[in-house]
Amino acid sequence: MVKVDGSGGKSLIQVRDLDKTYRRAGEEIHVLQGLNLDVESGEFVAFMGPSGSGKTTLLNLLGGLDVPTRGSITVAGDEVTNMSASSLTRWRARHVGFIFQMYNLIPVLNAFQNVELPLLLTKLSKAERRAHVETALSVVGLADRMNHFPRQLSGGQEQRVTIARAIVSDPTFLLCDEPTGDLDRKSAGEIMALIEELVEHHNKTVLMVTHDPLIAARAHTTLHLDKGVLVEGKMSQAAPAGSFA
Amino acid sequence: MKFARIIFANLLRKKVRLLLTLGSFAVALFLFAFLAVVRDAFGRGADVAGADRLVVINRTSIINTIPLSYRDKILRIPGVKCITHNNWFGGIYQDEKNFFPQFVIDAENQRQVFPELVVPDDQWAAFLKDREGAIVGARTAERFHWKIGDRIPIKTTLYGGGSWEFNIVGIYHGAQPKDDETQFWFQWDYFEERIPQAIKGQVGWYVLRLNSPDDAVAVSKAIDDEFANSTSETKTQTESAFAANWVKQFGNIKFLILSIGTVVFFTLLLVTGNTMAISVRERTSELAVFKAIGFSDRAVLFFVLAESLIIALIGGLAGLFFAVLAVPALGRALNGLLPSLVLSKPILGLGLVLAIVVGLISGMLPGIMAMRMRVVSALRRV
Amino acid sequence: MAIPLIYNVRSVRARWTSTIVAVLGIAGTVGVFVAMLSLAHGFKATLVASGSPGNALIMRAGSSSEMMGGVTLESVKIIQDGPGIARDASGPLVTQEVVGVMPVPLISTGTDANVQIRGVGANVLDIRKFVKISEGRMFSPGLTELVAGKNASKTYAGLTLGNTIDMAGGHWKVVGIFDAGGSAFDSEIWCDSHVLNDILKRPANIFQSVTVHMESPDSFRALKDSLTSDPRLNVDVTREIDYYAKQSTTMTKLITILGGLVAIIMAVGAVFGALNTMYSAVAERGREIATMRALGFNAGAVVFSFLVEALLISLIGGIIGCLVVLPLNGLTTSTMNFQTFSSIAFAFKITPPLLLQGILFALVMGVIGGLLPAVRAASLPVATALREL
Repeated sequence: MVKVDGSGGKSLIQVRDLDKTYRRAGEEIHVLQGLNLDVESGEFVAFMGPSGSGKTTLLNLLGGLDVPTRGSITVAGDEVTNMSASSLTRWRARHVGFIFQMYNLIPVLNAFQNVELPLLLTKLSKAERRAHVETALSVVGLADRMNHFPRQLSGGQEQRVTIARAIVSDPTFLLCDEPTGDLDRKSAGEIMALIEELVEHHNKTVLMVTHDPLIAARAHTTLHLDKGVLVEGKMSQAAPAGSFA
Repeated sequence: MKFARIIFANLLRKKVRLLLTLGSFAVALFLFAFLAVVRDAFGRGADVAGADRLVVINRTSIINTIPLSYRDKILRIPGVKCITHNNWFGGIYQDEKNFFPQFVIDAENQRQVFPELVVPDDQWAAFLKDREGAIVGARTAERFHWKIGDRIPIKTTLYGGGSWEFNIVGIYHGAQPKDDETQFWFQWDYFEERIPQAIKGQVGWYVLRLNSPDDAVAVSKAIDDEFANSTSETKTQTESAFAANWVKQFGNIKFLILSIGTVVFFTLLLVTGNTMAISVRERTSELAVFKAIGFSDRAVLFFVLAESLIIALIGGLAGLFFAVLAVPALGRALNGLLPSLVLSKPILGLGLVLAIVVGLISGMLPGIMAMRMRVVSALRRV
Repeated sequence: MAIPLIYNVRSVRARWTSTIVAVLGIAGTVGVFVAMLSLAHGFKATLVASGSPGNALIMRAGSSSEMMGGVTLESVKIIQDGPGIARDASGPLVTQEVVGVMPVPLISTGTDANVQIRGVGANVLDIRKFVKISEGRMFSPGLTELVAGKNASKTYAGLTLGNTIDMAGGHWKVVGIFDAGGSAFDSEIWCDSHVLNDILKRPANIFQSVTVHMESPDSFRALKDSLTSDPRLNVDVTREIDYYAKQSTTMTKLITILGGLVAIIMAVGAVFGALNTMYSAVAERGREIATMRALGFNAGAVVFSFLVEALLISLIGGIIGCLVVLPLNGLTTSTMNFQTFSSIAFAFKITPPLLLQGILFALVMGVIGGLLPAVRAASLPVATALREL
């Protein structure tokens, strides 16, 4: 269940009265104003809005990359907004998987090493890490490309590796910022299919920012960012099978 | 450790740049070693001077002589253990360019006063037996390819002039690498015999050994008082003071070397700091991803510093290594112009420390920038 | 068609931090290079200035320096009649001289250094015409008076006008300071040769050298032939200029070798720095280069453009380096001349040719530092570069 009026009960992600103000060239810009959000586990939410509306800002706040001017964000019972910078960093490593539009992968590391990165922050042994990485890569279908470097992979493959990295430490939820923005239609379809699978079969919670209504349509719910708060859009239909071959 | 791969992968990202930066470090440390060695060489006299040795020269002028008759009087002064005397010969071997110091020595007492210049006993015995014998330092012997048994002619315009010939009967070595191995010694008796009557019985200077270094001041004063108001007044000082004063006449060598050294290091700092800064700047988005994943700010700082330190260490060691190879060759090129060039362990150690310090400092600024970088703004750049 | 220079200028300005590093690296190297050369130059110039083309120096045959020499009074009398020697009202312009070194404390360190003291004839100023008494007066013959060269007076303690110093067991009154036009003599003190012989307890009628002023520089040949073939004499005759030039060789060689090595090593480092800067410039501007190639500028134009940029950077570095060391010009320092055992003061001597050498050096470094990156820039495949957002 996804709510934007602050009336949710015990949801996985709970946002109340979120304000975010920037200062740019002497002016104050109120990007988010009193935003509320409730997302339960297993949901797939798309955020849409015009350029500059604050979609990425919201995502950054949810992921603990930024701190709100006011308001609270609670994830799985932890109040993120009150955490110190170092706690936030540790929290992020444990709970969030990021998928950005581009520059996700470290070019000097191969696929395996890239996926392994979040695990280096844990106390897992080398063998244990290897097991997790191999699993993640199998899920995204790139087990045979473990030793390839990003420059040896296509755009779609790179994003799949990114997804593998995002899920390898089994985070509480995934944040995607225009995950298909840099890809051609076919690869975009493959990525979305993968994300959908993660939601349906692996019970992942996914929050995604996009400007493309066709992409947004693949999510369960689409929310629009308008004048600093979230507004529910039309309930998205499940895409007709076969639209994206 | 598990982060090693990330750090090394980053270093090898741009191999040409890595090589250039390593090269810069190597060059700077090489220069440092070279300058330190030269500075060392200029100050050499003072370093090797025996703490318990005094030098007695003519007060009026160093090129004036002192009577041999002073010797017994000096020996009677309390605190004096043994004494020897030298004359500067200053002849020419084949060509003026082949300069090396030639001394007339007092064979009986030479080894007691200069024990660190080592001559094998059998060679010394041969020397004592041969009036025209000569003992030469290993470096000079090597320079002219002299062997024991060679007959060497040396020309002079002083001391009655002419060509003096000597038999090489021995080669001396210094106990430490720093000791002077360029001298050429021959016998006082031979010298006295050949020189004109008018200048016989005069020595260039005395070198004596004290019973204890603490007596230096008292004995110096006693000697100079003894000969005050005589025909040849003396000036006595410790060997290290004598050598140090000699070096001071070379002017501000230390200052010159220090200023060059400073310029070099400042430049090195700039070069490597800039390289690190460029490298960090190029990787902004990557570093942002690291932080997004959950690497702490300090971890990122650590990565940058680690890279910087590794470059510094490898480059620095390479430079010092080349210095170890090159210094002997340089020494040969400067033969006769400077005492032997020695690359001592303290110099190497100091060089390593400096490399590490520069590595840390040059990595610090970009490292801190990387540490402080806010993921949000870095990603927005994308 | 060439890529407009303004592109390079603006690019350099935009990446000014990196550029400054390269510039400073080159500036530092050029500065050290010019400073070292001017040191060697100054040393040599000082000694060379000591000789006049119209003078000849006569010493005992085989002596490598004045200090080794020995010319008797009888020989002096014979020499005086030599062909081609100038004369004036008081007689032939011949000065017989005695040279020694004496320890006098340095003002800078307080420790003793050896100053060269020269016993001269009363007519020395007529023979060394470039030497003038700048303060006080010349010494009176027969007295323990001395005149100090202007550098000697600045370097050694107590050599001020009117002062009396104790030296070699005598009380010497400093009655004058002389200016020897920047030559080695400026580091010497002069007194009456007979008095000096006395004090140094030398045989009264033996001198170390004889300097004569010739009627004209061309008289040298005749004079030399006459004196060296005279069976009563055993002397060498050298042009004063040649003698002093030779005196400087050891020290000049030392400074040049050491300085040269330092400069070369620094140059290598500076080139590395320049290469780094240029390579990263190429890397950062990959897209721009590709765009220009796509627009129609060919590979040669790109190479040329980057080369010009490298030269621009190194030229600026070279100029800065020269400017920074320029104040050193004329700064005096002193060192010991191995060949004479005495201290000699000399000045850094920076001349336009030297500065030009510095700039050229900078440009060479710029070419080396700019060529490879420029070639790399030109060989980036256009399509790849454009794709690299």
